[in-house]
Amino acid sequence: MIVVNIAGLALIAFIIWWFWLYRPSNAVAAAPGQIIEVRVKDGVYDPALIEAVAGKGISLKFIREDETACASQVIFPELGIQKELPLAKAVVIRIVPEQVGEYAFQCQMGMYRGVLRVR
Amino acid sequence: MADSEMIRLSIDGMSCAGCVSKVEGALATAPGVNKASVNLVDRTAAVTGDASLEVADLISAVQGAGYDASPISGVENVADKQNEEAMHFRSLMRRFAVAALVGSPLILDMPLHYLPEVTDMPLLWLAIGIIILATMIYAGRHFYIGAWRAFIHHSATMDTLIATGTGTAWLYSMLICIAPALVPEAARHVYFDASLIIISLINLGQALEVRARGKTSEAIRRLIGLQPTTARVLRDGQEIDVPIAGVLVGDVLRVRPGEKIPVDGDVLEGESTVDESMLTGEPMPALKKSGDGVVGATINTSGSFLYRATHVGADSVLAHIIEMVKNAQASKPRIGRIVDKVAGVFVPTVLILAVLTALIWLNFGPEPRISLALVAAMTVLIIACPCALGLATPISLVVAVGKAAEFGILIRRGDALERASKLNTIVLDKTGTVTEGRPALTDIIGEDHNAMLRLAAAVEAGSEHPLAAAIVARARLEEQSFSGCEGFAAISGQGVSGRVDGRNILLGNIALLAAHHVTIAADSIEQMHVLARQGKTPMLLASDGKLLGIIAVADPIKQGSKAAIAGMQAMGLKVVMLTGDNQSTAEAVAAQVGISEVFAGVMPEHKDAKVAELQAGGEVVGMVGDGINDAPALSRADVGFAIGAGTDVAIESADITLMRSSLDGVVTAIEISRATLRNIKQNLFGAFVYNSLGIPVAAGLLFPFFGLMLNPMLAGAAMAMSSVTVVSNANRLRLFVPSRQTTGAKS
Repeated sequence: MIVVNIAGLALIAFIIWWFWLYRPSNAVAAAPGQIIEVRVKDGVYDPALIEAVAGKGISLKFIREDETACASQVIFPELGIQKELPLAKAVVIRIVPEQVGEYAFQCQMGMYRGVLRVR
Repeated sequence: MADSEMIRLSIDGMSCAGCVSKVEGALATAPGVNKASVNLVDRTAAVTGDASLEVADLISAVQGAGYDASPISGVENVADKQNEEAMHFRSLMRRFAVAALVGSPLILDMPLHYLPEVTDMPLLWLAIGIIILATMIYAGRHFYIGAWRAFIHHSATMDTLIATGTGTAWLYSMLICIAPALVPEAARHVYFDASLIIISLINLGQALEVRARGKTSEAIRRLIGLQPTTARVLRDGQEIDVPIAGVLVGDVLRVRPGEKIPVDGDVLEGESTVDESMLTGEPMPALKKSGDGVVGATINTSGSFLYRATHVGADSVLAHIIEMVKNAQASKPRIGRIVDKVAGVFVPTVLILAVLTALIWLNFGPEPRISLALVAAMTVLIIACPCALGLATPISLVVAVGKAAEFGILIRRGDALERASKLNTIVLDKTGTVTEGRPALTDIIGEDHNAMLRLAAAVEAGSEHPLAAAIVARARLEEQSFSGCEGFAAISGQGVSGRVDGRNILLGNIALLAAHHVTIAADSIEQMHVLARQGKTPMLLASDGKLLGIIAVADPIKQGSKAAIAGMQAMGLKVVMLTGDNQSTAEAVAAQVGISEVFAGVMPEHKDAKVAELQAGGEVVGMVGDGINDAPALSRADVGFAIGAGTDVAIESADITLMRSSLDGVVTAIEISRATLRNIKQNLFGAFVYNSLGIPVAAGLLFPFFGLMLNPMLAGAAMAMSSVTVVSNANRLRLFVPSRQTTGAKS
């Protein structure tokens, strides 16, 4: 029984570590004038971490490959951007971040999540 | 190279003609471009080229030149979206049917017991398990693939819960078939039926949801469907039918009676009445003659006319309306934001709860504790439904914003709808909102009416004031010819002066005449007061320092204003009128429409301060104006309503644009907002209660008291129905009927 309990607690620890403590490390940095393609599939944005420079605009081209209705919108809550993502159609979002910081982007329910890091 | 593609971009950062050539030059270098033309006025670029034309290439070319660009989307194809939805629905129903069919013999075995026990014939059950697996893969592979891919990307979704729940049940059952000795005898049960039926039910739920969701965007589909497909264009002296996409700005088009007007434009020749109800909700057709603007997708009712196209494709009024409705549907009111925080951590939390549930049953549960632990954990995974929570707000908003558009009410953002439901004070601008905004001359008091009218018209001919227009219009109507005016001067807040036929003419209020030392008899002042008390604006006319008489102008009250104001008061709103007019005129108008509180003599630039004053007193203020000189007040108010925009939807300062020139729209908009908020609250309440009761019950909370365990299949059914319920409840908003509007808007 002790083994089962330890295994159960380990599983909980794993869930926390895997889903909550994970931070994407492979950032994609945007050069001025470049368009970054973000694929929406399999419950994630790919890439999920995008770097931009304050005051310089970047364009994110979202392409939704995921049929689930949850993925049908992308929202940048802090930037007040909300866009419909039709299936398999590119939607370009132009962002000119003014201030340094991290801006989240997500689906309506916050299950798909990404970060726009502005330096 | 053939021009098969055309892309339109909105360009930012251009300031001069030099920019135009730079952007055009940059676009020309992008792959596939044949021709790029940039319009500095509306800051757009139209790029034509071959099939290799890509939006992304064009944007990077523009950015390379130091500007910004974003694509302008045209009016999308309705049929494509409907087909896509129908296909998705059919595929989900197929999966549901196959899984239900394969699972039904196992379900029937529960009451009929025709299958042997797993311990008696493990090989038979092993075969059943493999058939079940094949069916699960067919009917539920999207859950498993989705869950796995999300997992490797450190993400957890609905699929994670379904896949973990059904997968665990199947694995456990297979373990019983292959190595029953590992499990105590009492716990040797198989759960193949549960895993398959859950998948079947969730497919059914998703199919029903797809269907119900389709209905929620009916309004936008109706708007998109308004777009005609062809236009009759005059080219080389001949009228030819061209597809709507082929109509260019500047083309001359012919519209016959009963036809839809293809694109926006200005009438060149001919006269007709046009039914604009589909866009504005205005039931009365509008007269259109040479020089008047017409709007695409409206219907020409009587005559035939020629007109020149001014806006096509994504620039058209219809496209702007669709864009605005879509943006509002995609926005999120504050009430939905708490849910976002919950939903973001929901799935991993449920996974943890499922593990904890299993541990508690294993440690403290009665025998067969392994079975009970498995059932409880599986049920927790299956019953939890973040979708119902996540859908609760946006789905109601989609229906409500679309519904409002049917009545000619354009809502800019979801927040506006939420705030509109909380308004307790409505501030109405007088001119153009309560009244027609087109004053007419009502009285001329003096010895020689004709001479007075001629002089007044002559001096006012140079003025742009609406009161001046009323006097000039009357002079023209009476065919009075009037001379030119020299040295015209408008004195703000007082009136006008000028020289007509060598005489010094003054037309304005008492202050103006007093400033020029003109004597005003006491009875004239009394007459001024009488006129003002009737809601009219009296003006004194003087010639060479001598008073000639009084000319009064009144702005007629709009038909329906009084009833709409009564409607607002019946909703419990305090109604206040705001105007630049003098106190007695304002009070007279207010009395006629049933308003008791009036702010008179407020200069346009002080209107927003009045709104702020009310807000400081704790009121939640809705400001209604025509958007012309009250833009700051509209922005300051908690909700700004721009009224009578007709088909000009370029009002930026308003949260809610009423395309009809009637106050009824304010009542309807507030009614829709209240109905929507009620609907959202029902949805959120339902979803919260469902999850917060469902999960503990699934975990076995009722077991210690009543010996009850929730069947995982029942949990599957509940979960499948929870999102359907939310979407169906939102769909009830489609049945909304305003209390105050009789319109032919819908067809």
